[in-house]
Amino acid sequence: MTTPHGNEMDSTEPVVRFENVGMRYGAGTEVLSDISFDLEPGAFRFLVGPSGAGKSSLLRLMYLAQRPSRGLITLFGHDTATLPRTEMPLLRRRVGVVFQDFRLLDHLSALDNVALPLRVAGVSESQVRAHASELLEWVGLADHLDARPEVLSGGEQQRVAIARAVINRPNVLLADEPTGNVDDRIAVRLMYLFEELNKLGTTVVIATHNQSLVSRFRHDILMLQDGRLIVPGRTRGTAA
Amino acid sequence: MLSARVDLPFRRDQASRFLPWLIALMVYLAALAVAVSAILGSAAQTWRNDLSGNMTVEIPPALHAPDAAEATEARVARAVEILRAMPDVRSAEAIAAAEGLRLLEPWIGAGDIAFDLPLPRLIDLQIDPRAASDAESVHAALEGEIPDVRVDDHGLWVERLLALIRSIEAVALAVVLLIGAAGILSMVFVTRTGLAVHHDVVEVLHLVGARDRYIAGQFQRHALNQATRGTLAGTLLALATIGGLFLVGAGPDLPLMPTLRLGLGGWAALAAVPATALAIAALTARMTVLRALRRMP
Ligand SMILES: Nc1ncnc2c1ncn2[C@@H]1O[C@H](COP(=O)(O)OP(=O)(O)OP(=O)(O)O)[C@@H](O)[C@H]1O
Ligand SMILES: [Mg+2]
Repeated sequence: MTTPHGNEMDSTEPVVRFENVGMRYGAGTEVLSDISFDLEPGAFRFLVGPSGAGKSSLLRLMYLAQRPSRGLITLFGHDTATLPRTEMPLLRRRVGVVFQDFRLLDHLSALDNVALPLRVAGVSESQVRAHASELLEWVGLADHLDARPEVLSGGEQQRVAIARAVINRPNVLLADEPTGNVDDRIAVRLMYLFEELNKLGTTVVIATHNQSLVSRFRHDILMLQDGRLIVPGRTRGTAA
Repeated sequence: MLSARVDLPFRRDQASRFLPWLIALMVYLAALAVAVSAILGSAAQTWRNDLSGNMTVEIPPALHAPDAAEATEARVARAVEILRAMPDVRSAEAIAAAEGLRLLEPWIGAGDIAFDLPLPRLIDLQIDPRAASDAESVHAALEGEIPDVRVDDHGLWVERLLALIRSIEAVALAVVLLIGAAGILSMVFVTRTGLAVHHDVVEVLHLVGARDRYIAGQFQRHALNQATRGTLAGTLLALATIGGLFLVGAGPDLPLMPTLRLGLGGWAALAAVPATALAIAALTARMTVLRALRRMP
């Protein structure tokens, strides 16, 4: 369980493991309780549940934006509670996130937004530009490299956000309502994009309300209700 | 074409826009305090050098002799003789009675009455400053033959002047330290404001895997940038002011007024002001951001 950081872990060991995790915001009541599940390498999960059930909160725990108030979260074999602060950025770089509201930096061009994870990781500028423009091409935005997010449509911004989430070749890709702002045709195209990444070995978790997508693309689901996991996928624990 | 990359939109930050002005003002005031203190210190040194080895011997008038004036004159001559015979004495010049009176004119007015006043006579004495002789030994050499002779090495006057200058230096140092403290507080405030303004961007950087020191480095670079502009302006203004002081001081010779100079130490202290300002700006910004980031998971 204490492998050094990097990709050299046991391929059958889960990339994400939650054990009896509870979480509250500040001093509030628990918005997540007794969450236990594993994500194996290469898994693809839909995270579903009614609004306010805690889907975004669960993702926040996974991309280390929030600490659990109890329980154990293990990422790539590392206990996130005991990991030194200086190691956390290395784990974050292995988790790509498409935020519900994209969170693109509006003073940067599409290219610079996509390049951000590489730049903060200290990758050389020539590689950064080549790689970022390649990815924008892949999501069909080759003509918009220099566009600021404000001049892009919702769907285009979403694709910039996806390109930014995957530019580091993350082991885990988390997407919060990635199809929330686009029509069904684009939603389906986005799903193909995610499946393509999943086939390359990326573990994918997509939080969504979109029932038709869930039934069209057959993947295991994690279902949340009132902060508890009621369809826990292939988990070892049981929901009370 | 691209210098160091900055991911944060600092240009939108109102608080940091005032930073160069604030820093210019602080650097200016601190530099002036340092300069004034250095100028006074150097003047004190000049005074001390000029006065070291210089003494005034005071011969009281011979009041009870039949011819008082003549007797006094004789005492003065004898005293000069004794003094010139001492090995450490470089020069001993009696100040003529008329000269002594002229020095008194501003107080008692010009006129004949003065000649009737039994005034003490003065001898200007210069001894080798490195020699062992002091006011006491000069006094000992004279007192056998000249009753009631007094020897003044200006020690008290120099002491008090130096004490005054030391106090001014202490005040200047306190002022500089206070300005430094105010500078640190301002930097903390401006940096915290910046963190609040750019919170969303900072969080995105954090979540895509930026290390704390990467984010802190961006704030630090921005602070250094702003501080450099302010420091440059403040330093140039301070130099112009000091140059102005030197011009005024270089006017017609004033008695006892040494030429204004900063001295090597003074220039070094002055150069330390902008350097310290830059260091304070950069380090405070960095520490403030690192502290704030530690509160993020
Ligand atoms: N920053 C926050 N501070 C306090 N409470 C929060 C915060 N964010 C979410 N919550 C609360 O946590 C609970 C779960 O919210 P969460 O956003 O995780 O739900 P969700 O399943 O993502 O909902 P939606 O489908 O509407 O996005 C809700 O009751 C919400 O009010
Ligand atoms: Mg949500």
